[in-house]
Amino acid sequence: MTEYAVEIDGLVKTFGDNRAVDGVTLRVPKGTIYGILGPNGAGKTTTINILATLMKSDGGSAKVFGHDVLKEAHIVRKMIGVTGQYASVDESLSATENLVIFGMLRGLKRKQAAERAAELLEEFGLTEAANRPLHKFSGGMRRRLDIAAGLIVIPDLMFLDEPTTGLDPRTRAQMWNTIRALAAKGTTVMLTTQYLDEADNLASRIAVIDHGRVIAEGTPDELKSSVGSSTLVLDMGSSDQSAMAQEIIFDVLGVRSKITDAGRIVTPIAKMDAVADLLIGFREAGLEVQAISIQKPTLDEVFLTITGKTAEDEAGVEA
Amino acid sequence: MTVAASEKLVNHAGLRESVQQTLVMAYRTLLRIKRRPEELVDVLVQPIMFTLMFVYIFGGAISGDPVSYLPIVIPGILVQSVIMASVSTGSGLRDDMDKGVFDRFRSLPISRMAPLVGASVANIVRFGIVIVLTFAMGFVMGLSADGGVIGVLAAALLVTVVSWCISWVFVLVGVMVKSATSVTGISMIILFPLTFLSNAFVPVDTLPSVLGTFASANPVSYLVTAVRELISGAAITGDLWMSIAGAAVIALIFAPLATRAYTRKA
Ligand SMILES: Nc1ncnc2c1ncn2[C@@H]1O[C@H](COP(=O)(O)OP(=O)(O)O)[C@@H](O)[C@H]1O
Ligand SMILES: [Mg+2]
Repeated sequence: MTEYAVEIDGLVKTFGDNRAVDGVTLRVPKGTIYGILGPNGAGKTTTINILATLMKSDGGSAKVFGHDVLKEAHIVRKMIGVTGQYASVDESLSATENLVIFGMLRGLKRKQAAERAAELLEEFGLTEAANRPLHKFSGGMRRRLDIAAGLIVIPDLMFLDEPTTGLDPRTRAQMWNTIRALAAKGTTVMLTTQYLDEADNLASRIAVIDHGRVIAEGTPDELKSSVGSSTLVLDMGSSDQSAMAQEIIFDVLGVRSKITDAGRIVTPIAKMDAVADLLIGFREAGLEVQAISIQKPTLDEVFLTITGKTAEDEAGVEA
Repeated sequence: MTVAASEKLVNHAGLRESVQQTLVMAYRTLLRIKRRPEELVDVLVQPIMFTLMFVYIFGGAISGDPVSYLPIVIPGILVQSVIMASVSTGSGLRDDMDKGVFDRFRSLPISRMAPLVGASVANIVRFGIVIVLTFAMGFVMGLSADGGVIGVLAAALLVTVVSWCISWVFVLVGVMVKSATSVTGISMIILFPLTFLSNAFVPVDTLPSVLGTFASANPVSYLVTAVRELISGAAITGDLWMSIAGAAVIALIFAPLATRAYTRKA
């Protein structure tokens, strides 16, 4: 048995001239949360749809727990749960009816299906709304029902396509907890997002995709350090001392540092060794460092460095 | 431990599972009909309107008087209206398939035929409404059924079975065409020649020769004749077997085509 929940090799999907997925290769280790990060139109949904057997690829291969998504679609379907980007529940039925029908389709008897539905509605805080028409559901409730529907039978692999897009911050935080809880029970989670902080917070590995290609892959830390420079933040106590420190920084590192509103010195730093040189310089000048920290860049900066554009720029163009 | 890991790994749904899944899908379609009864307007109005119009407009011209026309036209209207009701299997399915919930059905380990067969089985409810209303109108207007209860029930059953088979043509259209409106449009283009170029409303020998030849070979003609014979004398004739055979051929061709088209789109 393979150690990967998902193995994609050279996956291609075209819509006319548009290469929506253009040679994606990646591995999702079992039992992890894997993030696919990319702006609108990057090919995230298309990739998920192919993995979820909803769409056929035009080239390359995709396997779920070693089973080919094209040739062994039925087996793959038994192992996955899917929550698409857009609601996939029946608007004309109630939440309970939806879950009971999905449960019976998964082979549960009517009574079992009703019990499982009640359980899930309770777990997702939807018990009170169980028999209310869906059009009265808020965005967050709908999203939760959608995820519940994918969990009738706890899947080995759960796909979540932009699970928090359009949710308010509080609901978003709840959704993050739900996703972590799911992973804690052993389900591998593959989620897509346009939010860098979301991938950073939830995922143990991230693939950054743009125009159907993987442009970077690794742990959030790897991605951040691949950008090259970390940021050194210094608190020198007084503005006089800060001014002196800036000169020393220029002498040692050859870069112009900035002073933040809070009076801290911020300077990009390529090699950690340089920090030692700096501290020696400060001591020789009789300067006392109040506080020092090294910050890795945010994923926003990662994206900017790799694509030359910010995530917002990209999204704005495609949306 | 997850349930999925303990399930046996077979790459298709078994027969028993498939039947269960089909029944669940049919149940779902019925729930939807219950939630939106306004969608039954066509099958509630059409049989009443057609019987009144045909009997009183054409009755005198074709059979001398409306009552003598009843044994000819009621089976004709019955067959046409039920086949028409079967068109909505296709348009309803199209409408449904455009909704997000069908993405979930496609992602579930269920038989690929279940959503299609489920919808077409549930639609038999609509056939039932048409059949009851058409017969009721016929009897109110003076139709006499010498075939008795058995004959009438047998006729109802035959129309249901044959129309269900024919509904697979419209299921295929529904799966392949982009919008529900065009499903209805295309289906009507198939439906009108099929029902009017038959013996449903006029004797075949009154038709021009080319049309007459088509009408004689039309499976709908066999069905109409068989229904007339069942109503008027509970008689089982060659027409009955011909209509069943024709319907079976249609279902055997179109059901796999529709399922394949549906699976392809997945
Ligand atoms: N069904 C489709 N038909 C034609 N083009 C599509 C279809 N689905 C997606 N695309 C195109 O493929 C590209 C990738 O889309 P998508 O996978 O939805 O991106 P994302 O989910 O990252 O926003 C986009 O350019 C989009 O317009
Ligand atoms: Mg998307």
